[in-house]
Amino acid sequence: MKLLTKFRRHSLARPALLILALVVVGLGYAGVNPQRSSAETETTQQVEQGKALFDLTCSSCHGLGAEGTSQGPTLIGVGAAAVDFQMGTGRMPAARREAQLPVREVNYSQEQIEAVAAYVASLGAGPAIPSSEQYSPEGLSDDEIARGGSLFRANCSACHGITGGGGAMPNGKFAPSLVDTSSRHIYEAMRTGPQQMPTFSKDVMPDQSVREIIGYLEDANGQPNHGGLTMGDAGPVSEGLWVFIIGIGGLSVVATWIAKKGARAR
Amino acid sequence: MSHDNLPVKDPDLSHVVADPGIEEHIERFTDADKGAGNRAYTAVLLMLAAVPVLAIAFVVIYFAVPRDAYIDFGWLHASAMNVGLGATGGLAVLLIGVAAIQWARALMGDHESVEERHSVASNADDRALIAQQFADGVEQSGVKRRPLLLGAIGGALGFSVIPAVVLFADMGPHPVKKVRRETIETTIWAEEVLLLNDVNWLPLRPEMLEVGQLVNAQPETLLELHGTEYMIEKAKSPIVVVRMDPESIRIPESRRDWQVSGILAYSKICTHVGCPISLWERQTHHLLCPCHQSTFDLGDSGLVVFGPAARALPQLPIRVNEDGYLVAQSDFTVPVGPSFFERDSRNDFVKGDN
Amino acid sequence: MARPTSVVDSSPDVEAREADSTNSSQTGGVLGWADDRLGLAKLGRSGLLRKVFPDHWSFLLGEIALYSFIVLLLTGVFLTIWFKPSMAEIEYDGSYQLLKGLPVSEAFASTLNISFDVRGGLLVRQIHHWAALLFVAAAFVHMLRVFFTGAFRKPREVNWLIGIGLMSMSLIAGFAGYSLPDDLLSGTGLRFVDGLIRSVPIIGTWAEFFVFGGEFPGSILIPRLYMVHILLVPGLLLGLVAAHLALVFYYKHTQYPGPGRSDNNVVGYPLFPVYMAKAGGFFFIVFGFLVLMGGLFQINPVWLYGPYDPAKVTAGSQPDWYMGWVEGAIRIMPNLESHWGPTTWSWAIFLPGVGLMGLLFGALAVWPFVEAWLTGDKREHHVLDRPRNAPTRTALGVAGITCYAMFWLAGGNDIIATRFHLSLNAITVFMRVAVFVAPVIAFIVTKRICLSLQRSDRERTLHGSEDGVIVRSPEGGYSEAHVALSQDEAFALTQHLQHEPLAVSSDTDDAGVAKKQQVGRVRAALSRWFLGADVQKPTVREIEHADHHGELPEVESSDDGKPQLH
Repeated sequence: MKLLTKFRRHSLARPALLILALVVVGLGYAGVNPQRSSAETETTQQVEQGKALFDLTCSSCHGLGAEGTSQGPTLIGVGAAAVDFQMGTGRMPAARREAQLPVREVNYSQEQIEAVAAYVASLGAGPAIPSSEQYSPEGLSDDEIARGGSLFRANCSACHGITGGGGAMPNGKFAPSLVDTSSRHIYEAMRTGPQQMPTFSKDVMPDQSVREIIGYLEDANGQPNHGGLTMGDAGPVSEGLWVFIIGIGGLSVVATWIAKKGARAR
Repeated sequence: MSHDNLPVKDPDLSHVVADPGIEEHIERFTDADKGAGNRAYTAVLLMLAAVPVLAIAFVVIYFAVPRDAYIDFGWLHASAMNVGLGATGGLAVLLIGVAAIQWARALMGDHESVEERHSVASNADDRALIAQQFADGVEQSGVKRRPLLLGAIGGALGFSVIPAVVLFADMGPHPVKKVRRETIETTIWAEEVLLLNDVNWLPLRPEMLEVGQLVNAQPETLLELHGTEYMIEKAKSPIVVVRMDPESIRIPESRRDWQVSGILAYSKICTHVGCPISLWERQTHHLLCPCHQSTFDLGDSGLVVFGPAARALPQLPIRVNEDGYLVAQSDFTVPVGPSFFERDSRNDFVKGDN
Repeated sequence: MARPTSVVDSSPDVEAREADSTNSSQTGGVLGWADDRLGLAKLGRSGLLRKVFPDHWSFLLGEIALYSFIVLLLTGVFLTIWFKPSMAEIEYDGSYQLLKGLPVSEAFASTLNISFDVRGGLLVRQIHHWAALLFVAAAFVHMLRVFFTGAFRKPREVNWLIGIGLMSMSLIAGFAGYSLPDDLLSGTGLRFVDGLIRSVPIIGTWAEFFVFGGEFPGSILIPRLYMVHILLVPGLLLGLVAAHLALVFYYKHTQYPGPGRSDNNVVGYPLFPVYMAKAGGFFFIVFGFLVLMGGLFQINPVWLYGPYDPAKVTAGSQPDWYMGWVEGAIRIMPNLESHWGPTTWSWAIFLPGVGLMGLLFGALAVWPFVEAWLTGDKREHHVLDRPRNAPTRTALGVAGITCYAMFWLAGGNDIIATRFHLSLNAITVFMRVAVFVAPVIAFIVTKRICLSLQRSDRERTLHGSEDGVIVRSPEGGYSEAHVALSQDEAFALTQHLQHEPLAVSSDTDDAGVAKKQQVGRVRAALSRWFLGADVQKPTVREIEHADHHGELPEVESSDDGKPQLH
């Protein structure tokens, strides 16, 4: 399942990022959300290192000033969190244009990713890379984790499946599996809404709710399969398949043994 | 019994090769070789002897293994109790079966038997006899002389079914027009009802939603309900609230003031068979139902773009109240959820409406 | 009694004998005691204990279904001890951490209780669910065996109809059971049923209100389904199973063609002791399989799905396999709906949901009578058809399976899309075509294969089988010798009756007076379509000719002592 996910085809995130950028810029101008650029707190050195990397690996699609080209959306205002998510999961830099960008091996160090993130954040305000107390589920009570399950089933399971195993979306797109996704990346995805995924803003889904969801996912996927082997874990579809293979198939072999004449003396 | 019956006619009618008769019986190994026979005998005994051992193991596992103990063995990461009981119990039962069959295959006499078969149909005498008995019975009953008896008893029996059927009329309320209007054709949405985020019940303000955001919302009034009422209303009232760039979507003239700067609310209940839908693509504005893949365009009044659903998703008119919160302007203008026969679907939004 | 004489007539030798007071001491013991009271020893005259059953693996498929049903009864009784069929809301306070404190129904809470707090409860729950899937699967495969071998023909049409009844009952039982735990998946399934019932023209809304006791979901559905699941349907199933088995006993089992096998006998092993051991042993094997599956393979993990909430849903919502084809039909159906006046006619749900199920069961039920009408065959059949010898029936069956399979695949289109990286929409569009085209292709291919096999049977009967040894002649030519078939095999290949297609019969009698036409033009044409393609099996003359005129030159050289055709 994990392996398969890696090789899936994805599309570029262009429209999503474009809309996001427009919104954030727009909101910034309107003064509704006058968030300070996080880049100002970063060292100039980190931003410069990030710019160098950006020019090398990102600018061919996103433009030299991250203003966007026909190949990629503008990154002004997408925020550091978006960069950390896209590069940290190997979705960016993209190898080619696809229906949906797949998760791939990450070829950049966390330091390099953070540098690019700092540079992109310096271009326009956007969600910052979260600190661990924002997403870490540590210290949640059983009841809070159970509520996380409720939140997950209300907001996430429709696309990502009942415990985050993934699901199909129209025209070859899909909601990826969350089983191996890190807590930070889940948090960043909810806040930035990568590709077709809707955003879950802080006001509607406070950090506490996100932590509960992440806590539930960790516990649900960390628990044993109480009943035994899951055999594909595709619900009634795989159960139906196995009842034919093991049940009908296996018992037919037994039936053949029962009905066949045993070894003869000649 | 069928022994008096006739055999099937002309059994050899189609034979172009003469029936050679049943194949010659050849002795089994276990018959010819005493050693082999004894080995099979021992094997059957051993299998049966393993059953008590497994049965005791089952009981030991039942009492000794704690319920929260787990086995972690390769792919198998499961309850030790479940695996233990299943493996010992299953194997025990399986061995009884294998032993019995091995006994039958290797040790019981295996000369094939032939049993004659007879036609199912009775012979002419039997048929005549039963017909005669029936005729005698009819004669004795007297219906021939008083023929009305038969019709009368048949009619009486038929009418006696009616009360039995009518007894079921209270299985549910009768969905006459008035009842329908109060049940399946309405929801608890009404003027000034707040939109709350589902599960954490936060009231929504327009600035809380970013473009590309989807919120699964419920009416504030739902929280006042309990039990069955709560479930029934929750099955109709869920909505998805989405925010889109007003420039990138089509808002018909009649629905201009149903939305707040690109924030639109739609019923979450699919118009196909009623699954709650929230699989939304922020770039295409398409909403997909995970049950049967009906796809609706929330950027175009909820019209169907793919799949088996036939009607657009009902849109809930919303506005901002004095305190800056999102509230409904009224109930849905059409019934939500799947079609039913008495549903007047002429007021639904269809392609081309404005 | 008014006319005692006729009673005596019907069974003279039973009633005429006087009860012998010394009888019991002679037979002795338990047997004597029981026979004094029940008179069961008389059954010995019908050969009950030594009743002969033929051996073939495919005859055991129906037994798998029977034994699964017994396992279902046993495990089901266990589950009822703890299950609470109530939709009342309580706060979950059991030992499963991830749902602690959530509002759930009593049905769901008690299912979790069985799974996590009752020792062995999870095992029994899983055995029950696996057994349910296996029951329907085995019944389906058994039905296919009966169809393809023509075992439904006269005199067994009634038992075929009972089988159809069993099949539909098992679907209802399965679906009701799937809905009882009140988890997110079963609730979603019920919501689908609500939409399905509503879609029925004219009476739909009334039916919905009557079934659900008002609006969906209401508070009474699960108690009602519980009654259906543990009383009504199992009761009907038990009665039908008893009738089904009684008729198997009464008719005696069918058998495959072979030496010494005819419509007038049955060749095999006696019920006591051989089949008692074999069938009894097989029960334990099926039971053992199911217990092992329940112990090792997780099924329906309701704790992951969570409690039913009408505002929630999950990707990959599926019914159990036997409803998958209806689900598929609903998924790929184009969105037809009529709005006539103030009414809504929901064809997109009604046709694939209610209509298709009716079509399948209706078609299955009438088939034995349709086939008899096409062949004009009124004989009793106890020797089975080899599927190749009824090519059109076999092809129709395979076409039906193919159509069913296409619908079934469509029911898992989202799973296929994610597992095989395909477009959901493309699969749906493909399936819309495939459900019509694939069965036609399957029909043509299967019929060709059957006719080829018939041809090969004819070849082998006349010229023997290839012996696998390639001989190079001094001239450099290559040839493969043929070995004549044993008479056993030749008989098995040729014993079947080939029906002639019905010819249009005259609609006047000898005197030229109009009378009712027995075989009309349409019936004759359909009969030709059904029977006309058969490859003629060899005639007696042809076999003799092949034998005596050296068409089997290798027969002389083969000295393996096998019996040869004469």
